[in-house]
Amino acid sequence: MGEPLLCEISVPGRAGFRFPEADVPLEKLPEAFLRHELPMPELYEVDVVRHFTRLSQLNHSIDTGFYPLGSCTMKYNPKVNEEVARLPGFAFTHPLQPVETVQGNLVVMYELQEWLKEIGGFAGVTLQPAAGAQGELTGVLIIRTYHAWRGESQRDKILIPDSAHGTNPATSGMSGMRVVEIKSDPRGNVDLEALRAECDETLAGLMLTNPNTLGMFDENVLEVIRLVHQAGGLVYGDGANLNALLGIVRPGDLGFDVMHYNLHKTFSTPHGGGGPGSGPVGVAAHLVDFLPGPLVGIIEEGDEAEDYPPLYGFVYPARSIGRVKAFHGHFGMLARAYTYMRMHGREGLRLISDYAVLNANYLQARLRDTYHIPYDRVCMHEFVAEGRWVDAPDIHALDIAKRLMDHGFHPPTNYFPLIVHEALMIEPTETESKQTLDAFADALIEIAREARENPEILKTAPHRTPVGRLDEVKAAKELVLCCAVSTAGA
Amino acid sequence: MYFPHTPQEREAMLATVGVEHLEDLFQAVPAAHRFPELKLPAALSEMEALLEMQSYAWANSNTRELVCFLGAGAYNHYIPAAVDAILRRGEFYTAYTPYQPEISQGTLQAIFDYQSLITSLTGMEVSNASHYDGATAVAEAVSMAYSNFRGKRNQVVLSPGLHPHYRQTVHTYNDDAMLTFAGEDVDIHAGPETLLLHINENTALVIVQYPDFFGRIFDYTALAEAVHQAGALFAVSVNPLSLGLLRPPGEFGADIVTGEGQPLGIPLSFGGPYLGIFTTRKEYVRKMAGRLVGETTDNRGQRAYVLTLTAREQHIRRERATSNICTNQGLVALASAVYMSLLGKQGLRQVAELCYHKAHYAARRINKLRDYQLWSKAPFFNEFVVRCPAPVAEINEHLLSHGILGGYDLGEDYPELQEHMLIAVTEMVTKEDIDDLVDVLGEVDHG
Amino acid sequence: MDFPKDLKYTKNDEWVRLQGNSATIGITDYAQNQLSDIVFVEIIVAVGELVKQGDSCTTVESVKAAADVYMPVSGKITAINEALPDSPETINSDPYGAAWMVKVEIADPAEAAELMDAAAYQASVESRE
Repeated sequence: MGEPLLCEISVPGRAGFRFPEADVPLEKLPEAFLRHELPMPELYEVDVVRHFTRLSQLNHSIDTGFYPLGSCTMKYNPKVNEEVARLPGFAFTHPLQPVETVQGNLVVMYELQEWLKEIGGFAGVTLQPAAGAQGELTGVLIIRTYHAWRGESQRDKILIPDSAHGTNPATSGMSGMRVVEIKSDPRGNVDLEALRAECDETLAGLMLTNPNTLGMFDENVLEVIRLVHQAGGLVYGDGANLNALLGIVRPGDLGFDVMHYNLHKTFSTPHGGGGPGSGPVGVAAHLVDFLPGPLVGIIEEGDEAEDYPPLYGFVYPARSIGRVKAFHGHFGMLARAYTYMRMHGREGLRLISDYAVLNANYLQARLRDTYHIPYDRVCMHEFVAEGRWVDAPDIHALDIAKRLMDHGFHPPTNYFPLIVHEALMIEPTETESKQTLDAFADALIEIAREARENPEILKTAPHRTPVGRLDEVKAAKELVLCCAVSTAGA
Repeated sequence: MYFPHTPQEREAMLATVGVEHLEDLFQAVPAAHRFPELKLPAALSEMEALLEMQSYAWANSNTRELVCFLGAGAYNHYIPAAVDAILRRGEFYTAYTPYQPEISQGTLQAIFDYQSLITSLTGMEVSNASHYDGATAVAEAVSMAYSNFRGKRNQVVLSPGLHPHYRQTVHTYNDDAMLTFAGEDVDIHAGPETLLLHINENTALVIVQYPDFFGRIFDYTALAEAVHQAGALFAVSVNPLSLGLLRPPGEFGADIVTGEGQPLGIPLSFGGPYLGIFTTRKEYVRKMAGRLVGETTDNRGQRAYVLTLTAREQHIRRERATSNICTNQGLVALASAVYMSLLGKQGLRQVAELCYHKAHYAARRINKLRDYQLWSKAPFFNEFVVRCPAPVAEINEHLLSHGILGGYDLGEDYPELQEHMLIAVTEMVTKEDIDDLVDVLGEVDHG
Repeated sequence: MDFPKDLKYTKNDEWVRLQGNSATIGITDYAQNQLSDIVFVEIIVAVGELVKQGDSCTTVESVKAAADVYMPVSGKITAINEALPDSPETINSDPYGAAWMVKVEIADPAEAAELMDAAAYQASVESRE
């Protein structure tokens, strides 16, 4: 049986948590504003702890198994990061405290800004955006504001490759830009002819994920960037796939004007079942003034001779697009990412990408005889295989994904990118061992055999998970989205 | 560093791939830019890294060392130990977004629990799985209202009592002149009736805060009626902890209730990660952005949970999505669900009352000081504004020397409120702490 | 897959039944098949409204996709299928009959003349596969 809901284990009169009694004289409560019913559950601490502990046991997680999810970079989340984020000096500081009382926090943020600049090859970095998608929005707003400032607000067209993550066109749409899709060529690069045709005076920019969602490093990236710049546009880099490029190449050196980082991908901060993430944005020199504020800067120089350190504080860029959220960013995630970077250093960062790319190519080599790889060249940190076979016409990528769960693996990303049929996008990350990769490859090869010999077992998979395939149509039609205490039986 | 590869394994893998050197895998990268030397320090071991981060943390003064009277959108509340114990379970915090529901029932049901708790607390009908924070939730409400009227109404009324950061965020998101904004310059001393004259047939949305940025509680019933008469939507941004005591906006006409969930068991953490609350009425559910967990059954007849109405989201609608939100604040929503469960009906009321009584005790005592005066006579929850005899920065410096973190300097955001301090009081503050505050404030005079 | 010969079609997978100056509009069997189980439909135009060719008149959602239905011709809306939002699955079971969406009084007959016939539409569908 499944775990009941909180509203179902609530018992009237139960209390879980006691506060001390008021030590001040009681003020008359504001009658006109008082709430008469508070339909919240009444639970005992043990019930709450057991409820959530048992729920956790229904989850797959990095701590329990492999997640070869393309473009998600599900690498190991170091436990020391959790210690750091919880240090009282970090966890209990208020965002609006006087800067003199939080120099430790500001140094961490300042250093992180500097590290991200160096890694990406950028002149300025903001740590404010809450996630990659918000980083994208920040980037597109910077591009739009930049063109308007230069008197070119007719530039409203954003070009997006057909392999792009859905957040790219969604972001552009949200920002009021016109989206034009650019197709990929047979080798998985941006089609240069298609690109040239769109380079006109309405071009605001190109959003490019490189390596792209096929795991391919664009073989013409310099030409792509040159064409866009020549037409007066800017190039936005979706940094979701940065795990392939640390110490390998700096997007800023290639000519990217603005790029977001995903700290919850490349820099090991945990996914949390759907966040929180953090999406810092780096920009080239000509865009530094437009960054969201506040940034962390040195507001009073120190003196090395006298041995007193600089004073860090908040600075506002001259032509800032403004705030993208309250306060200054997800500090808890920034502290984790910074710790991770310090433990890798310049050599370690390079090794991350070395091993991420080696692991992906190794898996691709192990699987290419069993699964069709449509773009069969050296991949970067991920590759895409087709989840279908001519001689097993009833089997789709979905069935393969569900059967993988019976082997204890989370499936790869399914049905994305849209340009590959029955896509399985596989990204092992550098923290997985050869044993894990071999076990995964073996499982996929076994599933390929089952597809021909025993397709029913795939069609009805998963069998060994807490629940089986779910009725998504029923969920969307009946729309039961919450459970209220009062309706759940006294 | 986290690389399992032994030199032998590395060689074997390179052989399987069919290249001699790992560098050969990067041929597609333009040679001139390949393998840059990163000007960064060498690696630290875990021990060294932790000690270094500890030294940074110790360089700060935190709200467990100082007595905290600072609020302004982030509050120093007690977090029961069980919250973090649950959050530290690797099955929760290292899990991915629950796109494969068969192996994500923990995350999915926990979010469903969260959605249930938040809708009950706000008096609304549906909640999403979270937004980034209170500010972006308000920006999303604006977007939702605009899309609800299909662009036919393009004016939004923003109360000046809405947090300055939230208003700034809304302006950043709407810099393209598709919408006009009104209301931010009305007299802040007056009540919500000042917004009425800005509401017209072009208004898509009116947004207020409850309690407002200055801590005040207003009766928004008449305003809500006027908004609906004009055919517009009414949104309220809340401090959810206050709803343990106060009538929820769902009961006085809100169509959308957003808020900042940080007070519900989320550490201050220098500003984030926090929790954007977003709720609405069932009729608007398809217009709401963000993830939604719904109940269903599996092919074995069991009750189970799944992400639903995903056709609204970015990965399907792409450029026609109303929002690009993907990663949100999943683990933070879980934390708030554990907090709300532990406190429950009785605890949520109790903590709200403690904040209320302690704040009123502080306000009464400060108001009696010769050189300080309460700025407003309006009812308030746990924050209030005080006119001070000297610049707030100076007073706060003096308070710090006594181990007290003073309130927010309103002169930063409201030019007419120089020398006015916004003071917050939570259950973490004792009567002695308040008495000390009053004594130290009394040492500062017009001199 | 069904391609009734008495109907006209658009490249966006709408069908049109022309009767004199009136056109009835819905989405094709191919479209409902691509979308799979439809869970929601909302008709966003009202009777009496003037619409242009290309305006969105209906939104349709399944568990895996969302789509807009566009007006194949301009004109004045004369009827909308009020029963359809209560049973979206009709689009899957009877796309050409009970799942009609809107009726419109045609403003410009030239637009109607440009619509594809069944053979042309079927060919366009097959070339997409």
